[in-house]
Amino acid sequence: MSFDNAYESLIEGGEEKHWAFGTGFTDALAGVDREIPDVDRDDLAAYCLMLGDDALVYAQRLAEWCSRAPELEEDVALANIALDLLGQARMLLTRAGEIQGTDEDTLAYLRDAAEFRNVRLAEIDCGPGPGGDFGTTIARLLVFSTWRLALLDALTGSADPVLAAVAAKGVKEVAYHRDHAAQWALRLAGGTEFSRSRMIAGLDKVWPLTDELFTPHPVELRLAGVAVDPSTLRSEVDSVLDTVLGAADLARPDVPQSPGAGRDGVHTDELGPLLAEMQQVARALPGAVW
Amino acid sequence: MTRSSWPLYEVFVRGKRGLNHVHVGSLHAPDDEMAVRNARDLYTRRNEGVSIWVVRADAITASSPDEKDPFFAPAGDKVYRHPTFYDIPQDVPHL
Repeated sequence: MSFDNAYESLIEGGEEKHWAFGTGFTDALAGVDREIPDVDRDDLAAYCLMLGDDALVYAQRLAEWCSRAPELEEDVALANIALDLLGQARMLLTRAGEIQGTDEDTLAYLRDAAEFRNVRLAEIDCGPGPGGDFGTTIARLLVFSTWRLALLDALTGSADPVLAAVAAKGVKEVAYHRDHAAQWALRLAGGTEFSRSRMIAGLDKVWPLTDELFTPHPVELRLAGVAVDPSTLRSEVDSVLDTVLGAADLARPDVPQSPGAGRDGVHTDELGPLLAEMQQVARALPGAVW
Repeated sequence: MTRSSWPLYEVFVRGKRGLNHVHVGSLHAPDDEMAVRNARDLYTRRNEGVSIWVVRADAITASSPDEKDPFFAPAGDKVYRHPTFYDIPQDVPHL
């Protein structure tokens, strides 16, 4: 094989002269029927916001690791995970906007904390801020991505074609997130005494917010066939987490659950500052484009 | 593992239409399994490939630049090693 440039062989058909621009991409939602199914429109929009806000708020938290991760490779890995989730958030908020007559940017930047419908697990500070560290981050990533993967997997059968398509794309992404978290959980738990103690502390911090992930909301129950009833995900998520914890030789945290409902807009006091930072440019310069 | 003790890995990626893995760069990782994942995160972001090989850099034996002349110069002046005396048909792409 003789190639002048190592990347020539990576380019399909030689259309792109510059490999740095990649080899093209496909739109995951191309050709999907965007007709709104025969369900209560407010409910469907609320459900899209629930799943979209989970992804948006968590992507914002993961983005806080940019330039602060323990290693360069991990910096890129966490940023990639955040971008995957942000992409899912965009598609879901766009869908909610379609139904309500608004758009993704208005929903993302102009709603206040009480209007956000994410689970509280997504919004808490797990590091690099004062609320945690890399171990806490991995603990939350493990729980969140295991739960979201099970949810999206079930959602691929949704009667709403857009939700089914978003879920089908998301499953491939979140499968990798869950693997990444599990690999790190094993290494931290099996590393030094210090890394093991940080992993355990991280799990203890996020565990009180897990019951909320499986508590069905009236909107989800009314949208049977379109939405996923999260209580049906519990056994799958528990079995995956038990497998990882078992391999890592970690016990299930023995901590009480924290009552509360992010799905109803009742959030911790950590969401406000997060949104303030996320929204400040858009709010300071309304209607700005670049 | 401390910051300084992650070993170096060389990364090879094969594209969808490629027939072989191509060296695309290097990275640090705590072990082989994480090296493959780090390579996926760093070197396949723009759909560059469908297969990744990672090799620990210290497992690679390389020729020394000092020995360039004895190693490679003798191959430059032996015309009998090149099959230039055959006619290759136009429609044979990979030869």
